[in-house]
Amino acid sequence: MLSHISSEIKIVLLGILCLLILSSLISFILTKLKPDKDFSEINLRIKSWWLMASVFTIAIVIHHTVSLIFLAFICYLAFKEYLSLIPTNRAHRAILFWAYLAIPIQFYWIYIGWYGMFIIFIPVYMFLFLPIQSILIGENKGFLRTMGSVHWGLMIMVFGLSHLAYLLVLPGTTGIEAVSGSGLLLYIVILTQCNDVAQFIWGKSFGKHKVVPKVSPNKTWEGLIGGILTTMVLAWFLAPLLTPLETWSTLFTGFLIGLTGFIGDVNLSSLKRDLGIKDSGNTIPGHGGILDRVDSLTYTAPLFFHFIRYFYFV
Amino acid sequence: MNILRWLFYALIIRPFILIVLGLNVRRPENLPKDGPAIIVANHNSHLDTMVLMTLFKGWDIHKVRPIAAADYFLKNKLFAWFSLNVIHIIPLDRKAGVKENLFDGIYEALDQNDIVILFPEGSRGEPEKITRFKSGIYYLLRERPDVPVYPVFMHGLGKALPKGAKLFVPFFCDVFIGNGFYYKADKKQFMNTLENRMTELADEGDFPPWE
Repeated sequence: MLSHISSEIKIVLLGILCLLILSSLISFILTKLKPDKDFSEINLRIKSWWLMASVFTIAIVIHHTVSLIFLAFICYLAFKEYLSLIPTNRAHRAILFWAYLAIPIQFYWIYIGWYGMFIIFIPVYMFLFLPIQSILIGENKGFLRTMGSVHWGLMIMVFGLSHLAYLLVLPGTTGIEAVSGSGLLLYIVILTQCNDVAQFIWGKSFGKHKVVPKVSPNKTWEGLIGGILTTMVLAWFLAPLLTPLETWSTLFTGFLIGLTGFIGDVNLSSLKRDLGIKDSGNTIPGHGGILDRVDSLTYTAPLFFHFIRYFYFV
Repeated sequence: MNILRWLFYALIIRPFILIVLGLNVRRPENLPKDGPAIIVANHNSHLDTMVLMTLFKGWDIHKVRPIAAADYFLKNKLFAWFSLNVIHIIPLDRKAGVKENLFDGIYEALDQNDIVILFPEGSRGEPEKITRFKSGIYYLLRERPDVPVYPVFMHGLGKALPKGAKLFVPFFCDVFIGNGFYYKADKKQFMNTLENRMTELADEGDFPPWE
């Protein structure tokens, strides 16, 4: 069953398992050592990490098509969470319906590997199609708000995140050795999520100077720089197992993910501030909503994708 | 029939409500485990009943009975059969006014320890707006004053499938479950309690405008 999964990927998955066991152990010992402190939030988070890692692992090892459906579902959940949070116009309900339909269509282009369509479908065709819907409905009030907010959401949560899925179908034309898309997907997801955790831990331990106090008061320069450096080391260390990247590009990838993961995070923080909420939902205990978990990926996925495609797959 | 009903809820309604729609339930532990009990909720959409039924798992589904308008749910033979046996509604004649045996079906259900779902607004009305509660519930409880009432507030379904809409648009649905309370002999006092409980639940949410 797992014959299409390379032994390198299996090693990395085993590594994730060890990391989860280690973090559960540490939090267990800390809870026992310091009974007066409250670790319930962190324990809840670790529990959710176990669940997310398991679901993600199952989704990427079973079958290529299952992985695509899984990623499409993540896009759907993120987009639905977004549409449930923002003010919407009753008369424009049908536009939201058509916007949802963009998800299966976008993933169909990915499934058949039509890169040209994948890259322009939402930025060009959906962009031009949605206003036509509105014109047919004939409700002008709130036109710009609906068009702006629906298309912004499609770009971030569907177009952006769907780059994760296109990694799975990138043709291996480099002449290096055959690279597996699952490896690349695993690489970007591990780096982005570890970067989030690393920035959090560095910030908690040494954080003093705030980066963007008005948008996200908990983000510090110490956390950001510590996170970027940690991610660069991890990117260099994991690259030989999962990617065709050379040393210089592993370091650049680590830097890119560290920095843009941060930007993706504060980008959605800015949205939440605007709406006056803290978490985007409570689908994932201890983490918040789906958007709180994939916020960094909305930036790192397309940027890593275009970097690796330009230098290794064209 | 039990098997058919279970299949309908477990294989069609539950997956649809939990996966396509998505629920955010606050305090599920407040729900009654056994009947007799009455769940009152605000009413915006046909999905309201389906969401409330989804809060009960497995075989529990058989003892949960939504009260539904006879004029709508029994309007043709096939639909009436489906409503009565599969959805498992208790039909209520909305147009009858107060008459002797109006609540007989509901009393029968309560007396066999069922959990009854009631929408005191009487109709789905304007999406995401609570209209005045009708006092039928007071008269209903006057005969069964020991039955507890559990208020449930839902938001999002009036956006997903409002009255008259043909198109279903997915939105996350919030479900806030309150503590149970009992009948009061004073009608005004009872109706005020009911409305206050519901308003308190509604005020927990910070919902984006839908205009």
